[in-house]
Amino acid sequence: MPDYHWPPMAKRRVLGKDTRRIDGPVKASGRAKYAYDVKHPGMLFAAVLTSPYAHARLKSLDTSEAQKMEGVTAVEVTSPPGTEIQWAGTEIAYVAATSESVARDAIRKIKVEYEPLPHVVNEEDLSKVGRNTKPAGERVKGDPDKAFREADVISEGIYGVPVITHCPLETHGAVIRWQNDRIEYFPSTQGVTDITNELARTLQVPATNIHTHQDHIGGAFGSKFSVDRWGIAAARLSKASGGRAARVFLDRRTDQEIAGNRPSGFAKIRVAARKDGALIGWESQSWGTSGIGGGGVAAVQLPYVFRNIPNQRVNHTGVVTNTGAARAWRAPNHPQLSFLTMAALDDVAAKLRMDPLEFFARNADLTDRPEVYRAQMQKAAEMIEWKKHWHPRGQSGSGPIKRGLGIGFGTWGGLGHDSTCMARIHPDGAVEVEICSQDLGTGTRTVIAMVAAETLGLNVNQVQVKIGDSSYPPSGASGGSTTVGGVSVSTRKATMNALQKLFDAVAPSLGVPAEQLEAVAGKIQVKGNAAKSLPWKAACAKLGVKTISETGENVPKTSVAEKLISQGVGGVQIADVFVDVETGVVKLNRIAAVQDCGLIINPKTAESQIYGAIIMSVCSALFEERVMDPTTGRFLNANMEFYKLAGINDIGEILVHLDITPENDSRGVIGLGEPPVVPTIGAISNAVANAIGVRVPMVPITPRRVLAALEGRNA
Amino acid sequence: MSSKKATGQSDNSKAGVSRRGFIRGIGVGGSAVGSGILEAVAEGAPASSGVAGPGAVPITLQVNGKPVKLSLEPRVTLLDALRDHLNMTGTKRACDRGTCGACTVIMAGKVVYACSILAIDAQGKPIETIEGLSTETTLHPVQAAFVNNDGLQCGFCTPGFVMAVKGFLDKHPNPSYEQVKKGLGGNICRCGAYVGIRRAALEAAKMMKGAKHA
Repeated sequence: MPDYHWPPMAKRRVLGKDTRRIDGPVKASGRAKYAYDVKHPGMLFAAVLTSPYAHARLKSLDTSEAQKMEGVTAVEVTSPPGTEIQWAGTEIAYVAATSESVARDAIRKIKVEYEPLPHVVNEEDLSKVGRNTKPAGERVKGDPDKAFREADVISEGIYGVPVITHCPLETHGAVIRWQNDRIEYFPSTQGVTDITNELARTLQVPATNIHTHQDHIGGAFGSKFSVDRWGIAAARLSKASGGRAARVFLDRRTDQEIAGNRPSGFAKIRVAARKDGALIGWESQSWGTSGIGGGGVAAVQLPYVFRNIPNQRVNHTGVVTNTGAARAWRAPNHPQLSFLTMAALDDVAAKLRMDPLEFFARNADLTDRPEVYRAQMQKAAEMIEWKKHWHPRGQSGSGPIKRGLGIGFGTWGGLGHDSTCMARIHPDGAVEVEICSQDLGTGTRTVIAMVAAETLGLNVNQVQVKIGDSSYPPSGASGGSTTVGGVSVSTRKATMNALQKLFDAVAPSLGVPAEQLEAVAGKIQVKGNAAKSLPWKAACAKLGVKTISETGENVPKTSVAEKLISQGVGGVQIADVFVDVETGVVKLNRIAAVQDCGLIINPKTAESQIYGAIIMSVCSALFEERVMDPTTGRFLNANMEFYKLAGINDIGEILVHLDITPENDSRGVIGLGEPPVVPTIGAISNAVANAIGVRVPMVPITPRRVLAALEGRNA
Repeated sequence: MSSKKATGQSDNSKAGVSRRGFIRGIGVGGSAVGSGILEAVAEGAPASSGVAGPGAVPITLQVNGKPVKLSLEPRVTLLDALRDHLNMTGTKRACDRGTCGACTVIMAGKVVYACSILAIDAQGKPIETIEGLSTETTLHPVQAAFVNNDGLQCGFCTPGFVMAVKGFLDKHPNPSYEQVKKGLGGNICRCGAYVGIRRAALEAAKMMKGAKHA
């Protein structure tokens, strides 16, 4: 069996080297085609009528005038009379027409009668949700009552993080052509393999009759795994229109309302500590919402990271709201749990008048990786010059601009998913690698090319990477930071297997057994003897007219045993903020991130993941929030002008340290897309508290909330 | 004494209209991207008193140096004309409300949001789109700088951002870092590629210096 191990760090020619993403030029030139851009001859455009009511019964529906309009080819009713609408934005009917304007005109001709019903759309104030609660039970560890009786210091507070949306720039949708019993499917998806099978099952069409293709995807962040109602509607509209391609993409408002969001988490938290800073007790009563299912943040994982606090009482209440359903959101639950925990713990440190750095280091044994976190805190503190800039909470001088520092922590898994790769070496020397995976912008294509190039002794541009097509071997969906581990191993194994075949073909010419050959720097050579070699092209010519075609598979368990991949990383971030106490405006000055990792294939794109993750959480810490109107039940800022996201001037300076060390490298590849999104909100909230002397209990930390906290009011 | 106190109070209440109180009162949100680039819209007043539409009317656009003749309803935006009628899909539609900048093009030398301009009003003005910036084989320095500095992830905001940087550098060929951060505030990237984009803008400025690139 070939040796699949990653080559030693010192011998790598491609892995670990900053590499420009291979699809960079096609994206920067605007030639990259997204599902949103797919245009088929005769393609129909769809529009959708949605419910303005958060809770209503649909009494009657008349689509006849819309159906009669010139240019309209089909109407697909998704909420027939009698339907109980559970959130505003619920689709009532989709219309397909020869142009988008006609489809939109047709939507206006549909007559609907609703019987409005009472709704609940806000969950922050539990006293106002009536009976819309779902108690999720209580977990007790140790003797929390005793711990709180014996504590030297008890800190108590209410903290919260509201619902936010994914807001990918490419909205949710698909183009589908369903002609006779064949389907061509162009989704915007995080899982090309899985979504194909879901479509087959949903429409009862054999999977062999479905061809799915996606080159690029314009953002997803956990919200684009499923075919969804709009995908099914597109298929039915196509079929009903005689097999013309139909395009359904949600408009921004609808996308914000119904295509996914992150559950909220609010918590009343009490923490008990001894004088020396040791944490001895934790009590949290949390609540939140995931929409009509209740839910909210997965509070069972509280306290976060410092999870071995000896005495705990944790309970949670889900709040049922008439709002669009939650979906996985980059590192599901972790950013909220991290914020809730770190804010509460930082408040204890402040009450103890301890330097948080000292306090968290003191309690690091309550985490699953004390040494990692201690080292990371030290590194992050150096990067941000903690000693120079830190001051006790609130002691930030007399001027209106206050500066503060704060720490946050995170953890994540990141084990590679199931993946199969097909590698081909052609007699002319051309190499292609096929995987039905997808590149979310994380750099998956480039990683695949790098692994293949390293294995075959070639340059990255000599490998043709083919992904995003259901005719390629299956690979997992991109969620949970599982992709890089999955595709790197399947590519390693497939290209290694193919290389063995090439060695077999070349060995007679070089007069040695195949086991004595290696692929180095564009040559097949006798191990350690560059003089006895054949250039790559000449070596491949020995194949005659036969192409080598070999597969390789990532089976997570096996690959862990082989040390190709593993999981489990920690991360620490320290934020440095300025707060104007006259205006309440918070400005992120700098943030330092120290990120634990495994073997880093492409440092350039790995760092981009960290920058991007931090920026996403800067949005959550300072800007973005779903605002629901209690009277109308509508999502008031379901757009991009009032749904605030950070711009290029709102992110301060981001300092990144990736922990690339031989020890970490020997753990194999570990996913990195999610972990750095986790610590940021807590770090920023703690920095603001350090700056202004009081906790702003809710995020995003808007000027209004800062001013209210300064005046001792809730906001 | 009492009148003095009263005076003092009224002084206080005047002073009480502080920035803090004012901002709290009107509930200003965060400082995130706000300013649109909509000024060009107002210039597009109808050329004659005649009413156009609602049906399709002949429209001629100057796109990337070439005149293109289209038959469009007057309500069609420049963005939709480019995407749906000229199949130039590099210009993206994301917010469709003049906020995110994914549809940024350069019209008559100005950086504009194509979603917020009607095609009929764009007549007679040279329009530069992302498709006009590079050839199959050669990237414009701004595009090359985006690739070099990994100023992109999913890539959906990228063409708009590239056009914004191009337009910005046309006006500020030798920008400071601070100018870059302020001057590119009209575009949003949800993946958070801003760090690379800042570097790309500065590198592109250097690459273009002396090169006199279009």
